[in-house]
Amino acid sequence: MVDVPLGPGGVVAPTDIDDVELYHPHSWVTKYVFAQDAKVIAIQYALVALSVGLIALVLSWLMRLQLGFPGVFAFIDANAYYQFITMHGMMMVVYVLTALFLGGFGNYLIPLMVGARDMVFPYVNMLSFWVYLLAVLVLVASFFAPGGPTGAGWTLYPPQAILSGTPGGQEWGIILMLASLMIFIIGFTMGGLNYVVTVLQARARGMTLMRMPLTVWGIFTASFMALLAFPALFVGAVMMLFDRIFGTSFFMPAIVEMGQPLDRSGGSPLLFQHLFWFFGHPEVYIVALPAFGIVSDLISTHARRNIFGYRMMVWALLAIGALSFVVWAHHMYVSGMNPYFGFFFATTTLIIAIPTAIKVYNWILTLWRGNIHLNVPMLFALAFIVTFVNGGLTGLFLGNVVVDVPLSDTMFVVAHFHMVMGVAPILVIFGAIYHWYPKVTGRMLNDTLGKIHFWVTFLGAYLIFFPMHYLGLMGIPRRYHDIADMSFVPQSAHTLNAFITIVALFVGAIQMIFVFNLFWSLRHGRPSGGNPWRATTLEWQTPETPPPHGNWGKEVPVVYRWAYDYSVPGADQDFLPQNQPGTARTAAGPAHG
Amino acid sequence: MAVALILVLVALGSVIFHLVSPWWWTPIASNWQYIDNTIIITFWITGAVFVAVVLFMAYCVYRFRHQAGQQAHYEPENKRLEWWLTIVTGVGVAAMLTPGLFVWREFITVPDDATDIEIFGQQWQWSFRLPGPDGKLATSDARLISPDNPLGINKDDPKSKDDVVIEGGELHLPIGKPVKALLRSADVLHDFYVPELRAKMDMVPGQVSYIWFTPTRTGTFDVLCAELCGVGHPQMRGKLVIQEQKDYQAWLERQTSQGFARLAPSPVE
Repeated sequence: MVDVPLGPGGVVAPTDIDDVELYHPHSWVTKYVFAQDAKVIAIQYALVALSVGLIALVLSWLMRLQLGFPGVFAFIDANAYYQFITMHGMMMVVYVLTALFLGGFGNYLIPLMVGARDMVFPYVNMLSFWVYLLAVLVLVASFFAPGGPTGAGWTLYPPQAILSGTPGGQEWGIILMLASLMIFIIGFTMGGLNYVVTVLQARARGMTLMRMPLTVWGIFTASFMALLAFPALFVGAVMMLFDRIFGTSFFMPAIVEMGQPLDRSGGSPLLFQHLFWFFGHPEVYIVALPAFGIVSDLISTHARRNIFGYRMMVWALLAIGALSFVVWAHHMYVSGMNPYFGFFFATTTLIIAIPTAIKVYNWILTLWRGNIHLNVPMLFALAFIVTFVNGGLTGLFLGNVVVDVPLSDTMFVVAHFHMVMGVAPILVIFGAIYHWYPKVTGRMLNDTLGKIHFWVTFLGAYLIFFPMHYLGLMGIPRRYHDIADMSFVPQSAHTLNAFITIVALFVGAIQMIFVFNLFWSLRHGRPSGGNPWRATTLEWQTPETPPPHGNWGKEVPVVYRWAYDYSVPGADQDFLPQNQPGTARTAAGPAHG
Repeated sequence: MAVALILVLVALGSVIFHLVSPWWWTPIASNWQYIDNTIIITFWITGAVFVAVVLFMAYCVYRFRHQAGQQAHYEPENKRLEWWLTIVTGVGVAAMLTPGLFVWREFITVPDDATDIEIFGQQWQWSFRLPGPDGKLATSDARLISPDNPLGINKDDPKSKDDVVIEGGELHLPIGKPVKALLRSADVLHDFYVPELRAKMDMVPGQVSYIWFTPTRTGTFDVLCAELCGVGHPQMRGKLVIQEQKDYQAWLERQTSQGFARLAPSPVE
């Protein structure tokens, strides 16, 4: 404890303790385990999410082994295959990508980038992590439950999700999945409120909203969206649990299962799909917007050039966030919903392509007349643009209602969403880890290992998913553990499947280089100093690296300029930190004050 | 330099792959040529954008890579360029959306002379119902399903007398006649999917969905289920046989004569 000297009259004089002192943890347990420091919580989130990612990676290997070499691995029967795809999908979308971008990068970067000492509700922030961990444990527990995990597909469509024809439907699998999702949402809500309130309330003096780095804008918008979208999944999960456990009929019409009439009637399977996708589509952007933000900052920093069209970038982020709530039924064009919805949802979906395209233009225009340093984070950012543009453009096929009809539920869809919300955001995550690792640890990640990791991951992932579109175009449906006996499938398609599997195994294995690099560089990495990339944003201007609890020492920084003063004409270095006084600047250029 | 080169290879490689790929759609067997055309338009527009973006990046990486003494150009915004790009994008999007919406209207508007048929899914097999000489299907309800009445047909409905029920998954249809397929499911979601027809739609228990198409090519096609329906999903197979009118008629008469004998469910092979 701090020794508090009493002033005259026995009152504590407010100036006698630095407010910083009040924040500090006082034991190993409160510093590293039940930590309230957002940076420690961020690392906890990131380590758990990366571990779940490794499980999901192994699951993807198993399913690829079955697709590439059907029948060779006897233990991967239809049951197991459906369990693998379901768990892989749900883990990656929710427990890895959402948790890593918001819980991991959000916690680490928001307070540092806006010049705060910590999140505004540190205790709730700590709870958020532990509740998330509980959700992960419940999810993983379903591997060991009787009947194994659910095999309903990650979309969990009823009625099949809770019937006996689906793995885990009448056993523990689906119950644990729904329970885990509900716990996750509770945990996320605690974190999400923190991220939003911190951005709105705890910014340093001078950090106007339009001076914030786009990373913060992306994470902020995504958190706000998640707070609005996750409740739809939550109520869907509650209703399905009731249907499964108490025999209600929210999603269950009159059904005859395997010749046996069930005692249900009146429910609507489509209602669940609407609830699911009302969450599910914003979820795509909950993953994408933080990636958009982060990649903007990576490109700007490593091209030594201000992000092009900052204000347009912010408005595009907000427009995408808002529009993403009115496009959900483009996942349901062939669901049997009223077909007239197709006109509306196709139109909104294609409109969302416009702000998205603006972001792409501004990224590549930032490269134009830049001073491009091809550091590892920059390589990942470039690869992100390639894969994101590729995946975004195939989205124009699937969003355009009538084009979606032949392609939906085929491997084309699998290829599309892996490219756009699997490969692309994960490339950003890698780039971001290479970029901010020096701030977290004080050491650089090994460059050679980083380049090997980059080239194999980028080119390998492209080789996996680009040809896969053509299998879908041919008509091969998704969620088939075996595509034998289809008269329209030539032998060459099986060869292509085997090729994809081999590449996938290799790319997966190479990720171990990255894991090794993370641990090896902790001790043996080159010391980085406080600002190895010569970046402008506040997190690089901390007095110490890694920043201690409280971030800023005695004085929180004051912000004088926007986040992108790179290569300002007449300046004596090619970057001006946000807290450096001088001619104030905003997105519109030298500003009025 | 190497990075720029590899980016160029990615762009050109993708185009070459597209052009020489042996993996392409199945020859169409329905009237939905429009859908294929819209896909082709979309391929051209999106392909051009992809190549342009990646080549532009490659050029930037080559031309503006870091060299000693080089400084980046400071230019926060360029309103004119930004609006110009936005408008061009809007035009491109409209060029894809507009034909798409016209074809969609076509897709959901069933012609008056289409024959109603029923496609019925259950875990994990297909059944079909044809309307018989009256050209009309009787009403149905999942609650009426029984071993004697596997599709839950309303026997009080006079139209039920001549309905032809086909179990075991082989549907024949005449070439050149538009068909409105009413889609029903007994238990979970299914999806009637014949790649050569291009049209597909989920079958949802508790409601009736539909698609329509006109077969344009004779032959035997695989019927697959395209909506995950449990562990037997990939085994849920059937056949669609498109025939000339007289062959179809001969087949239909065989079904009608056998129809009454086959009311009891036949075991799936």
